[in-house]
Amino acid sequence: MFFLREIHRHPEFPRGMRATAGVAPGIAAWGLMTGVAMVKSGMSVVEAVAMTLLVYAGSSQLAAIPLIVASAPAWVIWATGFCVNLRFVVFSLHLREYFMHMPRWRRLVTGFLTADLSYAVFTHEFPEPARDPAGRLAQESFLAGNYFVTWVAWTGASLAGVALGNLIPSAWGLGFAGVLCLVGILCSMANTPLRIVAALIAGAAAVAAYALPLKLNIVTAIAVAVIACFWLEGRVPAQLKGRPA
Amino acid sequence: MNGQTDPWTLLVIVGLAGITVLTRCFFFILDRPWSLPGWAHRALHYAPVAALAGVVAPEVMMSNGHFVATWQDARLFAALAGALVFFWRRSVLVTLLLGMAVYLPLHLGLHW
Repeated sequence: MFFLREIHRHPEFPRGMRATAGVAPGIAAWGLMTGVAMVKSGMSVVEAVAMTLLVYAGSSQLAAIPLIVASAPAWVIWATGFCVNLRFVVFSLHLREYFMHMPRWRRLVTGFLTADLSYAVFTHEFPEPARDPAGRLAQESFLAGNYFVTWVAWTGASLAGVALGNLIPSAWGLGFAGVLCLVGILCSMANTPLRIVAALIAGAAAVAAYALPLKLNIVTAIAVAVIACFWLEGRVPAQLKGRPA
Repeated sequence: MNGQTDPWTLLVIVGLAGITVLTRCFFFILDRPWSLPGWAHRALHYAPVAALAGVVAPEVMMSNGHFVATWQDARLFAALAGALVFFWRRSVLVTLLLGMAVYLPLHLGLHW
């Protein structure tokens, strides 16, 4: 935990901060545009600040914005956010061996703060979980320094974006920056041929089923794409399936 | 919406915060080790990319509930340029910057 003296006084804490400094400008730029996109979509400042501090997950925030604007039912927004966040479920299986020695509340806070790039930097630095208490403390301290920089960059830039968004006229269309961030994340996730197929099917299905009430076109698109890929898995050569993440 | 804070949106936001905790901590919430059924593991490969594509495609290709009738739409060119530059530079930041560099002149200058 970052607020414990044994953690932030540990020499691994500043090392974790330095290791994350290189990706911080990218996180900040993305956070800035997310802040602008939230306000320009019509969310109030209170809502945008609450979303920044509580949700702390850029892709699910950006995916939720158009659904909130369209007054989609809460369960559709949550289901969409859950699916967008499913990559964290995969990460959590990996992080389990690093975190299980902690008490549960400490695991939950650490897990909440470990976003994509924190996970990537941390597991790159420590490919194996520590086996002894000193090593575990060192790893936790590194991770705390790492997510501390990530949190400051993301939250600071998002709040700046919320303030800035209020000053920029809506006619400029800066809310579209949020969609462009999602385009980039989408491309980064479409890293095997079958995942590209999943993206194409889901995109087409979401447009075709747009007339469905309650924004159900998105849930439909996910279901159609996943079922289609299950069916295709057994029918395409192994090299086209790609290496699972 | 439109700058008003309403309780329903705040409820949605609190729920999304719960989903962040649930997904980031999924396999270490419980003390006992456990695993997902096989089909759910397979779905993990496709569901995230499908969910994002399902959100993004209508935002780029539809306006007022209809498929865009004209190619003179700044969103189409910006999203295409952003996607292409991603596969070249592998950076979400570059996608954002180039996409907006395409979008803003077309949107503000030509009113596409």
